[in-house]
Amino acid sequence: MVTQPRASKLFAIAAVCGLAAVTAGCGGDAIPIANPKGPVGLAERDILFRAFLIMLVVIIPVFAMAFWFAWRYRATNKQARYEPDWMSNRIDAVAWIVPTLIVIALAYHVWTSTHALDPYKPLESAGKPLEVQVVAQDWKWLFIYPEQGIATVNEIAFPSGAPLTLRITSDTVMNALIIPALGGQIYAMAGMQTQLNLLADEPGTFVGRNTQYSGDGFADQHFTAKALSEADFEAWVAAAKQAGDTLDATAYAALAKPSSKHPVTYYSSVEPELFVSIIEKYDHGLMTHGAMAAE
Amino acid sequence: MLGRLTIEALPLYSAVAMGGALITVFGTLAVMAVITWFKAWGYLFREWFTSVDHKKIGIMYVTLALIMLLRGFVDAIMMRTQQAIAVNSEGYLPPDHFDQIFSSHGTIMIFFMAMPFLTGLINIIVPQQIGARDVAFPYMNSMSLWLTAAGAALVMVSLVIGKFSTAGWTAYPPYSGIEYSPYVGVDYWIWAVLISGIGSTLTGINFIVTILKKRAPGMFLMRMPLFTWTALCTAILMAFAFPAITVVATMLELDRVAGMHFFTNGDGGNMMMFANLLWIWGHPEVYILILPAFGIYSSVVTTFSSKRLFGYTSLVWATCAIAILSFTVWLHHFFTMGSSANVNAFFGITTMIIAVPTGVKVFDWLFTMYRGRIRFHVSMMYTIAFIVTFVIGGMTGVLLALPPADYLMHNSTFLVAHFHNMLIPGALFGYFAALNLWFPKAMGFKLDEKWGKRSFWCWVIGFYLAFMPLYLLGFMGMPRRMEHYDTAAWQPWLIVAFVGAVLILFGLAFLIVQIAVSFRNRAALRDWTGDPWHGRTLEWAIASPPPPYNFAVLPKVEGLDAFHMMKDAGTAYQRPARYEDIPMPKNSLFGMAIGAFAFVLGFAAVWHMWWLVAASAILCAVIVIIRASSDNTEYVMTAAEVEAIENQRFEDLAKAPPPDLEHIPVGVPGAPIPGTSS
Repeated sequence: MVTQPRASKLFAIAAVCGLAAVTAGCGGDAIPIANPKGPVGLAERDILFRAFLIMLVVIIPVFAMAFWFAWRYRATNKQARYEPDWMSNRIDAVAWIVPTLIVIALAYHVWTSTHALDPYKPLESAGKPLEVQVVAQDWKWLFIYPEQGIATVNEIAFPSGAPLTLRITSDTVMNALIIPALGGQIYAMAGMQTQLNLLADEPGTFVGRNTQYSGDGFADQHFTAKALSEADFEAWVAAAKQAGDTLDATAYAALAKPSSKHPVTYYSSVEPELFVSIIEKYDHGLMTHGAMAAE
Repeated sequence: MLGRLTIEALPLYSAVAMGGALITVFGTLAVMAVITWFKAWGYLFREWFTSVDHKKIGIMYVTLALIMLLRGFVDAIMMRTQQAIAVNSEGYLPPDHFDQIFSSHGTIMIFFMAMPFLTGLINIIVPQQIGARDVAFPYMNSMSLWLTAAGAALVMVSLVIGKFSTAGWTAYPPYSGIEYSPYVGVDYWIWAVLISGIGSTLTGINFIVTILKKRAPGMFLMRMPLFTWTALCTAILMAFAFPAITVVATMLELDRVAGMHFFTNGDGGNMMMFANLLWIWGHPEVYILILPAFGIYSSVVTTFSSKRLFGYTSLVWATCAIAILSFTVWLHHFFTMGSSANVNAFFGITTMIIAVPTGVKVFDWLFTMYRGRIRFHVSMMYTIAFIVTFVIGGMTGVLLALPPADYLMHNSTFLVAHFHNMLIPGALFGYFAALNLWFPKAMGFKLDEKWGKRSFWCWVIGFYLAFMPLYLLGFMGMPRRMEHYDTAAWQPWLIVAFVGAVLILFGLAFLIVQIAVSFRNRAALRDWTGDPWHGRTLEWAIASPPPPYNFAVLPKVEGLDAFHMMKDAGTAYQRPARYEDIPMPKNSLFGMAIGAFAFVLGFAAVWHMWWLVAASAILCAVIVIIRASSDNTEYVMTAAEVEAIENQRFEDLAKAPPPDLEHIPVGVPGAPIPGTSS
């Protein structure tokens, strides 16, 4: 996703693959950040690894010099040169120039990668995009499927290979949504809407979490994210439609009350515009930042 | 009358909380009993609590910091214990208690450990380094100390009466608002931060004026020791950044008690504004903590390499650049708030730019060691450990400054590992280095090196064990602040982190042993010359501990490393032709009284005893007016008194053992006289 100068490309790819192989070797799925299951997480991880490698240009000499100088110039070593007033403007200049060059390289990286991986940017893929509305509650996650007309609690399913757009708000304190294996993370804030675009390459089951501390039930506020094949997803939607319950204003009010370890729940129908009404409840039509950004 | 304070405020909700309360209460009572036993109350009041001497105020700041370090560490090891055992179980701490602990750990370590520690060190050393007799505003200095102590006392009281905040040390609304945190915890946080924050703002102003106006003749800005430079930049940051947190905490309190809606979910409130305002203080705050340590490392590395500081001018400009840039990066604390790519990329790049002056500093310290004669004093060992460890933290900081990488790692234990990797080597190790370096200057005797090195190794190895696993756990997707978890793969690493915390416990214990052993052996460890490490700057030119006026005759500064030049020129340790009367500030009870009433004000506000808030506010104002109207704030130390003290100083110098250095500058006590064979 990220373009970069050709000269360093081969080296970077080799190094990133090396790091990835090492981390995969010692953990596999236990280390989701190092073993992403979608292009967003992969690109984000590669940026992390590549910047790490660029910085070794400074780190390794610092380590070497720290230990070498400390040993070589220990007071008991009378062989070493002692020049109490030694100074070199040339070395001083190098001390400014090397970090500056590294930061220029990284700054280019920051600019391009931040734009390429803007979480609001829709992803391009062959599959049919799916939009899910997400509401953070104390201490659970509500997922509303406007197109399918269903809603779920603490479980989100979506077709693999197709772009997933999450529109996120909170009906409580500030939360942050992440599915580590797929990438991303963005805050969920009441009266506002944020966005996250993700994609899973293959079918699989992942953990999703709130990472922003939100009170007593915070530690249990995780959900299951299921990337399914197109057919399995259709079956999953159909099964949810069999659930019978309707998420109307009354049911929503009951659901929004604080609860921990809320079981996975399916609603076969949802009151239209529920998501917008949850945002507007706090907004009084003021059109805050998040709502504008959504337009 | 008592507001919302009832018997239910006692921590009867859990045995662990009750235990903490009892330890606090009995610990306080035990200290008071010991003071009473030794009939030391009068002495403490006359010589210490009412003192406006910058050196004594500094020692009291550092004492407060060490006490709060113990408290903050107890919080830390309780959290590490909980996380080491709480896989698929509740552990031994309920969420409500665990959440108080991580909130108080952060609040204490930042506001009541690191801040008083660095303020104390600046207090003790800066006036001596610039050749001054005191700070610009000695009485205000005392007031700052007692306001800081009042804030610390509020946090400690919350252990016993009521609860502390569960909103973390940054207290983000809407969680910290009245709707989600109705009880007193957040109020304790607000008032502790408000009261101590005013103390810090005043300290900032005091040291800006002191450094700019009280320098000895010839001490031009570009001749100031690097520690003084970092103290100046820190003071400027304090004066400009702390008002932001004062304002934001006040607004949060108004939200909570006056029904306002600055940061609430509804009625036009906007929580994002809190995050912005808090971090406009919070990021400069990081450099307030770290810059003085940079100055300390500069002092240590030049002293113990017996070599001039490499790239002094670069180091000065790098310090100033960091201070200015620290105000341009605050948004990197919330890249995940949904800002546009342009905004995030801008703040990512400004953050990385700070890595340039920081990198310059690291290289300049390394090249100060190059071609030096390095003595491995405890403070030098901390400096080398810092250089190696800090670059790791700097690197992970640059990784987090890449917004796309931050989307993955934000709020994870990777972030926790990163900022501990900055603040423990970057600040705390520096303060420990300073403790070992300047202890003889403040107290008159050196610290035991054997126990110092034991403590050092426990701290360094403990640090790596405690925090490197957290980097990995971040990659494993573990968020910060988890009271329990059901991912079994995390547990082995959390146990390693716990072992690290246990090692750090030994490090702390050995630090206490070091101070105790040194106190017992203080006669043998006595610093007769005032220059135990062959120092280069002016604080080493005077006795240890220095007389109340520091310099009987103000020194004439000829260049950088002023004292080193004096020793080389043979002009150090010269008796002046005659002594003069020296006007000195009088001790004052008012600073302590203001601190006491500020504490009462904070406590009353926490519990909504509004009549008492008003009464203590009025008393504070009355004290300020009385003190400001008084012309009788100084006394004169006569030339005869000064001469008597200085004669004693020259007798002590004669008792000094011969120096242990190979290249001894001429004119140092005990040095071979030129022309005689040894």
